[in-house]
Amino acid sequence: MSVENKLTVSASPHVLSRRTSQRIMLDVIIALIPALIASTIIFGWRVLAVTVTAVASCVLAEYLSRRAMKRKNTIGDLSAIVTGILLAFNLPVSIPLWMVVIGSVVAIVVVKQMFGGIGQNFVNPALIGRIVLLVSFSTAMTKWTSPLSWLGADAQTTATPLAILEPNCENLPSLTDMFLGIRGGSLGEVCALALIIGGIYLMARRVIMPIIPFTYIGTFAVIILIAGKGDFEYLAYHILSGGLLLGAIFMATDYTTSPINIKGKIIFGIGCGLLTALIRLFASAPEGVSFSIIIMNILVPHIERLTTPKPFGTQKVKNESTPSEVGKEAAKV
Amino acid sequence: MSAIDVEGVLSAVKRVRGGVAVSHNKNTAEMKTVRIPSPEKVVLPMQQHIGAPCTPTVKVGDKVSVGQLIGDSDKYVSAPIHASISGKVIAVKEIKLPTGAVSQAVTIESDGEMRLFEGVVPPKVETKEELFKAARESGLVGLGGAGFPTHVKINVPPEKPIDTLIVNAAECEPYITVDYRECIENSANILDGVYKLKSLLDIKNVIIAVEDNKPAAFTALKRIADSEKDYDDSVKLMVLKSRYPQGAEKMMVLATTGRKVPPGKLPADVGCIVMNVGSVGYIGRYLRTGRPLISRTLTVDGSAIMNPKNVRVPVGTSIGEIINFCGGLMEKAEKIILGGPMMGIAIIGTDQPICKQNNAILAFNKRDTEVKPETDCIRCGYCSLACPLSLMPTLIERYTKARDIDKLSEIGVDVCMECGSCAYSCPSGRPLVQYMRLAKSVLREAGANK
Repeated sequence: MSVENKLTVSASPHVLSRRTSQRIMLDVIIALIPALIASTIIFGWRVLAVTVTAVASCVLAEYLSRRAMKRKNTIGDLSAIVTGILLAFNLPVSIPLWMVVIGSVVAIVVVKQMFGGIGQNFVNPALIGRIVLLVSFSTAMTKWTSPLSWLGADAQTTATPLAILEPNCENLPSLTDMFLGIRGGSLGEVCALALIIGGIYLMARRVIMPIIPFTYIGTFAVIILIAGKGDFEYLAYHILSGGLLLGAIFMATDYTTSPINIKGKIIFGIGCGLLTALIRLFASAPEGVSFSIIIMNILVPHIERLTTPKPFGTQKVKNESTPSEVGKEAAKV
Repeated sequence: MSAIDVEGVLSAVKRVRGGVAVSHNKNTAEMKTVRIPSPEKVVLPMQQHIGAPCTPTVKVGDKVSVGQLIGDSDKYVSAPIHASISGKVIAVKEIKLPTGAVSQAVTIESDGEMRLFEGVVPPKVETKEELFKAARESGLVGLGGAGFPTHVKINVPPEKPIDTLIVNAAECEPYITVDYRECIENSANILDGVYKLKSLLDIKNVIIAVEDNKPAAFTALKRIADSEKDYDDSVKLMVLKSRYPQGAEKMMVLATTGRKVPPGKLPADVGCIVMNVGSVGYIGRYLRTGRPLISRTLTVDGSAIMNPKNVRVPVGTSIGEIINFCGGLMEKAEKIILGGPMMGIAIIGTDQPICKQNNAILAFNKRDTEVKPETDCIRCGYCSLACPLSLMPTLIERYTKARDIDKLSEIGVDVCMECGSCAYSCPSGRPLVQYMRLAKSVLREAGANK
């Protein structure tokens, strides 16, 4: 029969789910779009300039560095675009564009590609990009443009709510403004509404599990509530200010730098919440989301070692036969 | 389509962890089983089961009739082979099986008579021991796909008391409708089998488990559970949520009894015997007729099969002949699978014979066999989420590549049953099942070198 020799032979399974890495990254990009639109309304067209610069330099950096390292081109997986958008979201709108390029190159080349590319970096590339910029250009990185001031004649600067946030303090934007993002801050972090919409989309598409965002924000909330002696308004301001929502929904849930197991994700989320609350309450820096997530990123291998699930059926009979014994037994046969 | 909601029916004790929601594609579900005309010749491999291969008991030139013994072994874990057509033995030689293993095989050329062997008489079975003997003589192996000799499975040593017989009618692999048809067409055999096994093996409870996407099978099986033979109401029907791999033995035991089979152990270690519904039906029929296992039902389906069917074929019929009976292959056929799409074996050609434990021939065109491009692992964790046995396939892949023996033996890869749920869900298209197999052989080698 002529069909012989032409058949494909491969290992099972012979059917695969439709989900691809590329589609997952596309979902993340889609989930980030509401926040991008909101930010453009709040801070003006320059938001788009910063975002496009970051995305373009991330993609180009990935392409060129892979080429230089003689590795397969991977820009098609869209992950560089996600990193670019997330980096831009962590920057003030007034930042000079050449700094954006530096941040992007650091994120992609140093943090991601030098460790082996997608899935191999041990810390979040966008966050390291932001921190490198923060310590290198602290003035430019902490110049906060007033919301909606682009509609007027000239741009004004403002303080971020977090910098002036104290229990029962004045001069804060209203909670509604905080929720809608009418406040100073990094360009992607301000609009809580848009970030939550994006988060719901990711959860509905089953790209992320709700575990990390909820344990992160939950732990954070408990500590702030205790510190604020039960002041719920203070808590609401804390949750809506800074990069907490952006961090909890989009950065802490990064696959590569968070634990795979459910137990691990819980520990990771609690750790992030704890560190963020402690930094905000006791450290000299007003914001702690980036540092908390990065510290927890570094701990991921250890968390994972602690939380590796026991294979099916080994839980109750630990004394009878440990998996390694079984392995040896099987090896003998 | 969870249409099953009847009083007096058990629902799953424990939901199975992980697994995947594969499309069922049970296209042949409502197609009555048809018999293939008896083939010109059959090739009967001496290895159609797990265990020791048989030795041919006939030689070239011998005349054989239907049901006559042609291969047997003196080893305990083995199952004899019988002639599936009558005629003349024209060859006894080694052939390559679809699994890649090499086995002796007896080729019989048909005389067109399909003359039944005079030794085929109903066995006299009144005790446990007689049942074991009869099960062995019948040549029965697990018809669900694994091919484990039934007489070994049901002969549990007395230090392992068995309280539950689980009749597995889950049939969770996509496309395959063999067990489903068995439930509908041969429920009398299943009824006989269930009550014979129950009384002879002296097992207290019987649970017949079926997935909730098979209402017609449910109705047929309900009659068995409600039969007047069930005087003490110890035969129960249980409806399980359809989820791959619900029909896997360990998953089945967990869902029906809540018990977990430890690594390297059998269901008998937790008081259960799990039998495929087809095997149970076969026992019922064998005890009545004495006809050894010489034919089997197959689902022939897939996008490259002209006329999909459920067919009854003599064991040893060539795959090509069965495909031709179903209208042949479409021109674009790209892949032919023996078994289901999740765990079946892709074959290199259609010359090979059908063995006892095969349950489907699926042929697909190019469009349906396209695979995802293999990209780097993004650590999404879908593989661990899908693993019904709580393994971490991505870590196993990593340790296997690094040949990290210590970590590999710790992580419990031996538990893996290669159900394919991990590779199915992987968005990066990684061949995780292959890594699982590699991991096992790396461990075996390391053990051998110690």
